Amino acid sequence: MEEKFKLDRQTMALRVAKEFQDGDYVNLGIGIPVLASNYVPAGREVVFESENGVLGFGEIHTAGQGDPDFVNAGGQPVSIIPGTCFFAHDESFSIIRGGHLDISVMGGLQVSEKGDLANWLVPERQIGTIGGAMDLAVGARRLIIVMNHTTKEGEPRIVKKCTYPLTAVECVDLVVTDIAVIEVTKKGMVLKEVAPGWTPEEVQKVTGARLIVAPDCHEIEL
Amino acid sequence: MPINKVISSFDEAVADIQDGATIMVGGFGTVASCPTCLLEALARKGVKNLTTISNTTGFGSDVWKLLGYKFAEDMDILVRNGQIKKSIVAAPVSTIYQNTFEKLLRAGKVEVEMVPQGTLAERIRAARAGIGGFYVPVGVGTVVEQGKEKKVIDGRTYLLELPLKADFALVKAHKGDRWGNLVYRRTSRTFNATMAGAAKVTIAEVDELVELGELDPEVIITPSAYVDRVVERPKDLKVEDKPISQEAIDSHKRYQERGSA
Repeated sequence: MEEKFKLDRQTMALRVAKEFQDGDYVNLGIGIPVLASNYVPAGREVVFESENGVLGFGEIHTAGQGDPDFVNAGGQPVSIIPGTCFFAHDESFSIIRGGHLDISVMGGLQVSEKGDLANWLVPERQIGTIGGAMDLAVGARRLIIVMNHTTKEGEPRIVKKCTYPLTAVECVDLVVTDIAVIEVTKKGMVLKEVAPGWTPEEVQKVTGARLIVAPDCHEIEL
Repeated sequence: MPINKVISSFDEAVADIQDGATIMVGGFGTVASCPTCLLEALARKGVKNLTTISNTTGFGSDVWKLLGYKFAEDMDILVRNGQIKKSIVAAPVSTIYQNTFEKLLRAGKVEVEMVPQGTLAERIRAARAGIGGFYVPVGVGTVVEQGKEKKVIDGRTYLLELPLKADFALVKAHKGDRWGNLVYRRTSRTFNATMAGAAKVTIAEVDELVELGELDPEVIITPSAYVDRVVERPKDLKVEDKPISQEAIDSHKRYQERGSA
């Protein structure tokens, strides 16, 4: 069978960035989420937070450039902008846990139909790293998870109940995958957008939870 | 008598750290935010059975040397010397690099207590602030809740978290004076400013020692009452020319590709 079209990492980041509203305070996790900082829609001012103690930063520098004392959560040197503010770690997590961020974007391993998230431990590896994931999952007003729709082996990552150790319960609001955009609601998971060439039925086939197809379900908007 | 917390050598600054001590080590995980010279002194001293409190467990100097750092040692120096018995930490392992700590953990040679990063920071802050415990919603419904008191406050479930106490806090700051007032540089403030004052003895490694009165009172981040010792980094550092491991070179390549240490 021919492999169907799927969104690449940059395109998934581009779709995530569409969620950023004017004036939003946003934390971006390591991996695909940090790429979204390059795609803030024109005309919207968004302030990025990084858990290592900064609010408001600009572009990621290319390798070998920048200031080693100014990095994002992935350790990449970033640039100072007008408005940049530094703070200690306890303050950083007061911002995160205290509900002062509009959006947190993280990678995921599994998301359940109730919005439970698992993203800190792959059971086969036995040892994982919690880092700031649990605080970010609980603290942000809106949690967006960006991940591939299935594992490399084709197993669904969107499941009825998570089998991996949880990061937080009932915390996910939106899932952006390489083939779909799904909203977690009180009624269940609502399929809102599908990748070009995919039907809602085809997306359902590779999804472990039951999807409610939105009346206006359409091709992913970029 | 003028107060003088300045110590002239790193070895002298860590001289009273004994076997079995609990030490906080500042920084986020990047070597620039890490008290490198204090860790090297502790490695030379060779104390064993340490319990450490930190955000990560180190990546090793090879990784940092490849990125061009002169002060390249991080917590890995204590790990590979076998000086750590237990690590209380938010991010013990890397997603793309098997650090020494992970190898020891898999071999059963070191213990770990994993704490969500914000809870770790607040438990440290609580120790500094004389707080006996606090409730957070983080960790509810996960492995983190095991053995902890749960309490529903205004309809939301919280876990009781206790302060993390330590004998010593090793922190890295940018500038310090003889009283122990400290300022930091940019994101290298991180856990350093959180830990300063949270242990019985706080030792600050600074890029530059300045005259008392030179730091703007409006921008001092760590008040001097939190700090016991201040040591200045050498201006000229002799770098040993040792070969870099293939493992570190491979990890560096992955870092360049994926942008995460």
